[in-house]
Formats: sequence, C-alpha cells, structure tokens
Amino acid sequence: MSLCWKNWPLWLVALAVDMLISFFLTLRKYGLKSSITELLDLLKALQQQLIFASTDDFYLLARLCLIKDESQYDKFDRAFAEYFEGVESLDLASLIPDHWLLPGLIRQLSDEDKAKLASLGGLEQLLEQFKQRLKEQQEKHAGGNKWIGTGGSSPFGAYGFHPEGIRVGQQGSGQRRAVKVWDKRDFKDFDQNAELNHRAMQLALRQLRRFARTGQATELDLNGTIKATAQQAGWLDLKFQAERHNAVKVLMFFDIGGSMDDYIHECEQLFAAARTEFKHLEFFYFHNCPYEQVWRTHQRRSADAVSITQLLQTYHSDYKVIFVGDATMGPYEITYPGGSVEHFNPESGEVWLKRLLAHFPNAVWLNPQPQAWWSHYHSIEILQKLMQNQMYAMTLDGLSGAIRHLSKRH
Amino acid sequence: MIFQSTEHYILSPELALAVNAAVTLEKPLLIKGEPGTGKTRLAEELAASLGTDLINWQIKSTSKAQQGLYEYDAVSRLRDGQLGSERVANISNYIKPGKLWTAFTAEQRPVLLIDEIDKADIEFPNDLLHELDRMSFDVYETGERITAKQRPIVVITSNNEKELPDAFLRRCFFHYIRFPDKDTLTQIVLAHFPKLQAELLTAALEVFFDLRAVDALKKKPSTSELLDWLKLLLAEQIAPSVLQDKQHQGGLMPLYGALLKNEQDVALLEKLAFMARRAGR
Repeated sequence: MSLCWKNWPLWLVALAVDMLISFFLTLRKYGLKSSITELLDLLKALQQQLIFASTDDFYLLARLCLIKDESQYDKFDRAFAEYFEGVESLDLASLIPDHWLLPGLIRQLSDEDKAKLASLGGLEQLLEQFKQRLKEQQEKHAGGNKWIGTGGSSPFGAYGFHPEGIRVGQQGSGQRRAVKVWDKRDFKDFDQNAELNHRAMQLALRQLRRFARTGQATELDLNGTIKATAQQAGWLDLKFQAERHNAVKVLMFFDIGGSMDDYIHECEQLFAAARTEFKHLEFFYFHNCPYEQVWRTHQRRSADAVSITQLLQTYHSDYKVIFVGDATMGPYEITYPGGSVEHFNPESGEVWLKRLLAHFPNAVWLNPQPQAWWSHYHSIEILQKLMQNQMYAMTLDGLSGAIRHLSKRH
Repeated sequence: MIFQSTEHYILSPELALAVNAAVTLEKPLLIKGEPGTGKTRLAEELAASLGTDLINWQIKSTSKAQQGLYEYDAVSRLRDGQLGSERVANISNYIKPGKLWTAFTAEQRPVLLIDEIDKADIEFPNDLLHELDRMSFDVYETGERITAKQRPIVVITSNNEKELPDAFLRRCFFHYIRFPDKDTLTQIVLAHFPKLQAELLTAALEVFFDLRAVDALKKKPSTSELLDWLKLLLAEQIAPSVLQDKQHQGGLMPLYGALLKNEQDVALLEKLAFMARRAGR
C-alpha cells in the first residue's frame, strides 16, 4: 500500500481514503477509542511516505498512530486481522472465562504435552480435565490456595495456576509457525477489559486527600514573609514553611480467596490506585469476614498474621477504613462463634467487626458484587446493617459515594 | 531512514519506524516498556546520531509543568531590591528558562527527553498539552511569548506507574518496546562485548532466558541487567561450564546478584532448584 497520491487519479485517492476509514471503523467496532485526530495523523504519515508497499509496515505505522496503550495492542491485532484478511478470528478464549487464557496454554505446550493432548482427544478434553483437576485442588485447599500441580506429574506444569493465566511446562518451546505479526497476538496478556479504569479510581480516591504541612520547611511562606518584613520596618525577612502533603491515613482490608476470585481484577485495580494515591496506607487481608486476626500478605501464612487487638492498638482511630469484599457467605459465618469456614473462632465475626467499627468510626465497605444481586444474599443484608448502610458497590458511583462518606469529618 | 542501529545500539525495525515517524511528523513519541529495555538510551542515541543536543528533563514526583517552561525567582529580586542593585529594574533578570524554553530556543533542532513522565502528579501531562501542541507559551511576568524556532524532537518515557490522560495520549505517537527476542539480544550483547566467546554467550543467554521464564519472579531481569552480569562474568573469568551446571550453589547462577534484585526472588529460585533436584533423584 504505497501512498504517494500526488500522482494518483482522484478516484483512487478517494478509494484509499475510503478503505482507511472503514479500517478505522473496524477499530472502533472492536472498542478501540482512536479519534479522528489520530486518523488524520496516520494519513499525514502515509502522505510523508514513511512506508512503502508493505502491509507489515502499515500495521506498525497504524498501531503507532492510533493506539496509545499496550493493553489495546491485542484488540488492534484482532481488528487488523479481521479487516485485512476478512477472516472471522475464532477466539477460543471467549469460550472460557478470560483469566484462563487459553492461548497462553496452547503457546506453551511442549511436544510431550501435544502428544498427550492427542491421546486425550483434543484440547477441549484437556481443558475439561484441567478444570476438573483444579476443582479437586480447590477442594483440598479450602483456604483458597491457588497453586496447582507442583509435583511434576501433572500436564499442567511446574509453577502452577494463577488467576491471571495458566503456565504450563517449560516456557519457550511454544509452537512456532510462520504467521503474520498481528496473528501472533503477542500482546494478549496486556489486554484488560477494565470497566472501572485506574485513572477514574485514582481521581475518586483523590477526593479523600487531606492536606497538611509536614516535614522540612522548603517553601516560601509569602504571608509570613510579608508580615515579618513589615515588622522589620521593610528589611526583608524570609519565612519558609513545609510543603503540603496528603496526610490522610487509610487502612484497607481485602477479602481474598473463594468467591472473591471472580473480582480479582477489580481489586487489583483498586489496590494499585490506592497504593499510588496514599502515603499512609496499610493493607490487610481476610477471608469472608474479619475474625480475631487478619493477614499482611495475601498468602495468609501464620507468620503474617496480625491480631485485631494489636491492630487496634497500633493504628489511631483517625485512620479511615475501607473493607473490600463480596460479603457473600453463610449468615452463620458472621453471626455465630465457630462460624468461620477455616478455623474455630471463639467469638463471632460480628463481634470483631463491631470492635473494629467502634475504634474506627470512619469506615466503608466496597462490594464488587453488582448491587442488583445484593438483596439475594442474607449475609450482605447483615453486613449492610452492621456497617450502618455504608456498603457501596464497586463502581465509580459507589466509590465516589464511599469516599464522600469517608471524607466527612466525624 | 533518519535513524538506524548504531555500533553500540541495536534498534528494532518497529522502533526505527516509530522514531522516524515521530521525527518526520514532529510529534512527541511516547515510549513504554519493561525497565531496562533502553528507553532512555534511545533518546541519547538519537541525539548522538543526529549530531544534536540532548535536553534531558528528568521528572520527579514533585515536578511541575511550569518548571519546564520557566521559573520566576521572586526571592532574589526582593533581596536585590533591598540592596539597591540595578538588576532589579529588569524583571527578566529573574526569569530562569526551563528545559522546554531551552529546547524551543536552541539553534539546532534538539532532542528533548521527558524522562519518566509517570513519576509526576497525574495532572502534569495535562498541564503540558498546550505547550507541546502549539510549541509556544507566554511568560506572564514579562508579557513575552516564547515560540519554538523549530519543533524539538520530543521523546517521552513512562514506566506505567500512572496512566496518562487520553487528551495527552492523542497528541503523541506511542510505541511499546518489547523485550528483545534471542537473536536481537545476541546482537545487543555483541554490540557491547564484541570479543565475547560464543560458548559463554550461548550459556549465559540460556541461563538468562530460563530465568526470565520463571513467572513468579517479582522483578524479571532485563537487558541492562544481562549486560552488567556479563561484565561481571568476564571480570571474574567464569567458565561456560559453570553456567551449564544447573545445581551450582544450590541452583543459583554465579554472581546472581547482578540479575536478581530481590531476596524473595533468590529464595524462589533456590526453592525451584531444590524441587528440580528432588524430582530428578
């Protein structure tokens, strides 16, 4: 596709532009947010003859001009494939949940696995078996440990399963075919279909900022300087003050494992946004409902455990508390002693939650479960009551509401 | 082609196209990629190959967009006023040009590197929109308008710590530097160590790619770490056979400190080697 259209007849230019526009519309159809300015950039680049008669180069140039984030590269690859080859790109990954990342699985099958695959009667069977095995594994580890098959006999490899993908066998021996670069779908791992994006979350969290001047005095205090200078009868007397910093303190409690696995992506986003936004921020993890202890790491090993009593002593009540959890469990897990699915808890979750709330009056609960489902779960109702209706959906609206509540002075 | 691979810098065709497009169309080029894939090096090499100046604006968490334009030093003006210095009458004595100003007024079209833009506050890129678009800005203190003599070549790098606003992204070209494949990496290594033994290179690259294949690593080693490691291997005169010995030092490669920057990663590797040993027995 060489585009030196100065010498072209007008109808040909029109045709080329028409092709570009329908290519552009294909991109839009795939949910890419490329704008008209960017399309014009591409046209300009083509006009400058940066590339010559090569679809590969056109692919690179179009991507350079139209796509501004590596997480969009994969969508672009698919759109490009559809437009230029007219082939319905069959996407196996859509048949199973996203995080299974089937292409990742295929890419990393060793020859041995491939042989085994054939003997098992194809990929679907293997997947079935994989899901089955995963289920068994989860049942064995009620704690929600996500590792699978470290023993070595499993076709599912050495390093196990993580919600973000399947890693099988030794990497690097994946099948190599001579394919077009956009067909390789190299950027699939970057694709993230985030409804609530990072920036929106960050902007919402920002409203929680409370500025205070702490630290070294490095900024010129203009008012102070004028006052002091006046007192010195006009002789300059410089005054400095400390810079303003965000002084808000936040504790976050994440529910982890079990039914929360479905929302891991949303939680990761919130986690990332919060981490960049607050300086005084502590994370803790719990399972279903906080009992007498919480954990500092998501593996929840006993070495990382922190008792609630200790936590109440360590953190002053001016910390703001955000619980993140789907609050979906048996009602007895909240209300009865011994209700925990993991251990015997002498006091009920309700008691512990009340203690936390009594100490930290500024608390909200963010629930990633769609709000429409809330009424179907008795446990959500109980927690909503315990939280004094401060449970919010993990949408932008919900998050802003929660932050508004937190930023009220209590 | 304006910019191609040099003796010490191997440029992938994708990146070459991106750079040439940005230079030709006078648009800022936003570069992302794993740390250590040569994002900052790119700007340096580009400036060197064009024989022009590199103006490096290193962004920190406290950086403000205004600092890139100019800063008005009111304090020293007040002082001078007190001391009755003659300088004080002319306000422009107290205006310090920032990096963008320097780039705009340079004689030869310079390369302006805005390094690690994601380190700054999230409003920082928005504050630069107009300046990068129009390539001009006003100095309010003097009423002067600074317009670029020629549009500088702007290279912006980001490590993805924060997302950049859409309006900003629309004004840039974007390229994601992928981790180089084995062939490209061999070329890169040879560009830095032309006399490296083939055996050592093969063995070292094998160890390196095996290490990168471990998914649970917190920080995967990158090109710059590979180069450091090779330098150490050469300095210590480590034989290729030592690298091939998978159970060296309980499964850790010699001088692993150059590749692994995190004690959890070291522990993980030891554990994996232990499990491999047990499975092999």
